[in-house]
Amino acid sequence: MELKYRQAKTGKLMIDILPDKCDFCGCCVGVCPEDAIELKEAEIYIIDERCTNCAKCVWSCPIEVIKFNKNGVLF
Amino acid sequence: MKNEYDIIVVGAGPAGSMAARFAAEQGVSVLMLEKDRDVGYPVRCGEAISKAGVEEFIKVDSKWVAAEINKFSLNAPDGSEVIVEFGDAGYVLERRNFDYELARTAAEAGAEILTRAYVNDLLFENGKVSGVKHEYKGEQKEVKSKIVIAADGVESRVGRWAGLKTVTDFRDMESAVQITAANIPVDQNTLYFYFGQQVAPNGYFWIFPKGRNKANIGLGISGSVNKKKYAQYFLDEFMNKRFPDAPVLTKIAGGVPCSITLDKISGPGIMLVGDAARQVNPLSGGGIASGMIGGKIAGTIAGEAIKQNKPDHILTYDKAWNDRLGKRHETFNRIKEGIYNFSDDKFNNIAHSALKIPIEKRTLGKVFTTALINNPSLLIDIAKVFVV
Repeated sequence: MELKYRQAKTGKLMIDILPDKCDFCGCCVGVCPEDAIELKEAEIYIIDERCTNCAKCVWSCPIEVIKFNKNGVLF
Repeated sequence: MKNEYDIIVVGAGPAGSMAARFAAEQGVSVLMLEKDRDVGYPVRCGEAISKAGVEEFIKVDSKWVAAEINKFSLNAPDGSEVIVEFGDAGYVLERRNFDYELARTAAEAGAEILTRAYVNDLLFENGKVSGVKHEYKGEQKEVKSKIVIAADGVESRVGRWAGLKTVTDFRDMESAVQITAANIPVDQNTLYFYFGQQVAPNGYFWIFPKGRNKANIGLGISGSVNKKKYAQYFLDEFMNKRFPDAPVLTKIAGGVPCSITLDKISGPGIMLVGDAARQVNPLSGGGIASGMIGGKIAGTIAGEAIKQNKPDHILTYDKAWNDRLGKRHETFNRIKEGIYNFSDDKFNNIAHSALKIPIEKRTLGKVFTTALINNPSLLIDIAKVFVV
């Protein structure tokens, strides 16, 4: 079976948010240069087509909820 | 709820509530939208505020005062403790009650409030912001307004949609984690700060008492540190070492934008306040009082603009903010840049020098002067913002 990867603006999406572990604090949204993160009261996700895999969200997350996965994120 | 208001405020934290209140007090129609179910919850904050910061806005009430503060305890990496005494410095708040009461003052002034309303886009007319789109209980809605005031916090996106430059450099974003714990036997009138590579590099660790040995405990570190070791681990290590058995009542992550204010905090039909405008004091990371001040200035000017039918009047907000606090924050930011990457040895030496100042003469200004004595250009900055 063929693996299907999510597509960012710059190729394979490599940013993976783990919503079950998230506190929805918004650090990542505050540093995202592309407005590529949607954050509601208790819901968070990457807007794939805007993301450039810059990883600033990964660096700013206080509780290790956002992972950089260089192999790409699967659907 | 109507389809159209003079002013829509996005976000019901302290900055949003004050913007809504000071606008509504002038008799204009105001709607405040909050994305969460509850105003005031969850709390992502150290909850400390100066007395003056509170009293400008609301009568002190035991409902939201967790502790009264009259001392700072500054702790160097080697364990040296520098106490700085104040007459009556401030409070540790119960933010979930405090924010609630601030929203009440906005409501009493005439503002309408809607929770669970998630703003996800702006409306435009002739290149000017003319309202918001929002999701409410799964339905997409539109509400028009002459002015939108974005008080949507560290995670603000509204300003960006209006064309303002709002992104915070990740190095200026203090990644934070915070708990409320019980059985923390510290002095209930002292704010404790801890510095150094072990506890919070490029930031600080805090223990702020909340009465009956409850405490707000946490830390903030620059994104440049957090990318190597997450804030979470610093908190776990500190607690395991000092209070391994303390029951934890709340635990949450947060972010504090510790920079100067955004270049532009107003535009056609749009104003930014509080964390959304990056109005946090970049040295202390405190943003409650400064956010309320930003909200008050913006709300007042927005109300005037509506009453006088002068849309361009809102563009005077940038200068009004800079005159009141923006320039001061630039000074604080220079001091922060001067000290944030001090080594542990440097912190220890500063503490040893500060301990030589007799306690009755020891002020924060003098402690900072001691810290930056070899950096004369910053001594003027210290004189500007501290009573030395």
